Amino acid sequence: MADWTADEMMTVAAARQLRDGTACFVGIGLPSTAANLARATHAPHLVLVYESGCLGAKPDRLPLSIGDGILADTADAVVSVPEVFNYWLQPGRIDVGFLGAAQLDRYGNLNTTVVGDDYAAPGVRLPGAGGAPEIAASCGEVVVIVRQSRRTFVDRVDFVTSVGYGAGPGDRERLGLRGGGPRLVITDLGVLEPDPVTCELTLTRLHPGATREQARAATGWDLAVADPLTTGDPPTADELSVLRALEATTHGTPGRAGAPTGRRPADAPTGRPVAVVPDA
Amino acid sequence: MAKLVPLADGVADLVRDGDVVALEGFTHLIPFAAGHEIIRQRRRELTLVRMTPDVVYDQLIGAGCARRLVFSWGGNPGVGSLHRFRDAVQHAWPGPLELEEHSHAGMANRYVAGASGLPFAVLRGYTGTDLPRHTANVRPVDCPFTGETLTAVAALRPDVTVVHAQRADRAGNVQLWGITGVQKEAVLAAHRSLVTVEEIVDELTPVPGQVVLPGWAVTAVAEVPGGAHPSYAQGYSVRDNDFYRAWDAVSRDRDTFRAWLDRHVHRAGVAT
Repeated sequence: MADWTADEMMTVAAARQLRDGTACFVGIGLPSTAANLARATHAPHLVLVYESGCLGAKPDRLPLSIGDGILADTADAVVSVPEVFNYWLQPGRIDVGFLGAAQLDRYGNLNTTVVGDDYAAPGVRLPGAGGAPEIAASCGEVVVIVRQSRRTFVDRVDFVTSVGYGAGPGDRERLGLRGGGPRLVITDLGVLEPDPVTCELTLTRLHPGATREQARAATGWDLAVADPLTTGDPPTADELSVLRALEATTHGTPGRAGAPTGRRPADAPTGRPVAVVPDA
Repeated sequence: MAKLVPLADGVADLVRDGDVVALEGFTHLIPFAAGHEIIRQRRRELTLVRMTPDVVYDQLIGAGCARRLVFSWGGNPGVGSLHRFRDAVQHAWPGPLELEEHSHAGMANRYVAGASGLPFAVLRGYTGTDLPRHTANVRPVDCPFTGETLTAVAALRPDVTVVHAQRADRAGNVQLWGITGVQKEAVLAAHRSLVTVEEIVDELTPVPGQVVLPGWAVTAVAEVPGGAHPSYAQGYSVRDNDFYRAWDAVSRDRDTFRAWLDRHVHRAGVAT
């Protein structure tokens, strides 16, 4: 039995896709974990851009949110939110956009808004768009990381929050979207890539131990499978140990919690944390 | 010149029932104390505006202050969903909540237009998404120079914007730094503004990367040390991540939420 989990394999596979020296627009959660794993392993010069305005953040632990103080403390520059979207994202300065989703369809369109057909009375209200529509529109390419299941991989997304290939070939161009669109979808079972002609997501690689039948069963449309279908490498010992060390930092930051941040101006007083703890 | 006021007076004077109210802050410098004061003063029928409504908006919505929410991403950052927000949208508790939904870039540019005194802003966004179908404040527009079809977003002009910052001087000049989000634009776009600060000092020491809001551009300043907790103020405090994690359980259940609100907001206000 493998000594790693499907989630770990997915995160490692996603990290491997990030090339050293490129600029990556990172969402919180799995994308942030994978991007930080990449920076701690094969891509030390990966430029992490967070929508809070932190450009070139170099955190030594995983941030809990995109506005975590460690991102600002370690960034090359901290800019306003209008600036990060208007000056950095929109003109195409970011190579890779790294996104998750609640639903995804065969053309890589993403839904993070509502589940259910009735927008006004949704089955499930999701957080919404955030930066995703423009990340999907403007980054050189998009990598999606999402667990594969019939609930997530649907024939048609209930709401198009972020455009992949729209309804098929030529749609991105017609819509005036300048970025390249989804290059890869990485799941806990394998990797999907758009067919060069039809733009339809096609299973091109399985993670070790996963089968094409599993992947097809976890997909809500008739999933195309590449021939030959390859199998990726399992996580290396180094990748696993770095990933686990990173994940261990998310549930506590020894020596830091409650302490003032490192760049406190000399004349500023120390923090006066207010002890209002929820009644959990 | 901005007035220096106690928080309760600032909220009483500047936030009125039915107002369009923006409490901004991008994870950092979120004006929690001011939000709690709005709850204590039982403001109703507010249109709450914010790019990233998180826990303080969950509290305002659950407390029944909001009629409408204008936003681009509503969640508990790094933790999960906002359960009071979800309950309002999915079950109309404690009342129905009307939504106007955007992308971050759209919201940021709406504030920029408001701060710039323009009726709209232009961006290359929204195209192909379902977002424009649900708001009249997003429309296609043709570039007069190239003919390219772009997206226009209507200016956002809140009645009042509330932000938290590190410090101010006695003339009400405000310094804020670190992750500055969209706070400057939201203050300049608003008709009135209230800035809560960690401290009021005699003289402001320049800080690299700071944003200064001159006192004459701000309506009122209130000294509220720790006023961003469980969010944080760079240089003064760190984010209380445990609170955000714990909020998930508190907010899932209506009664637990009400008990929390009573203990930590309503009764906390009486004590101080």
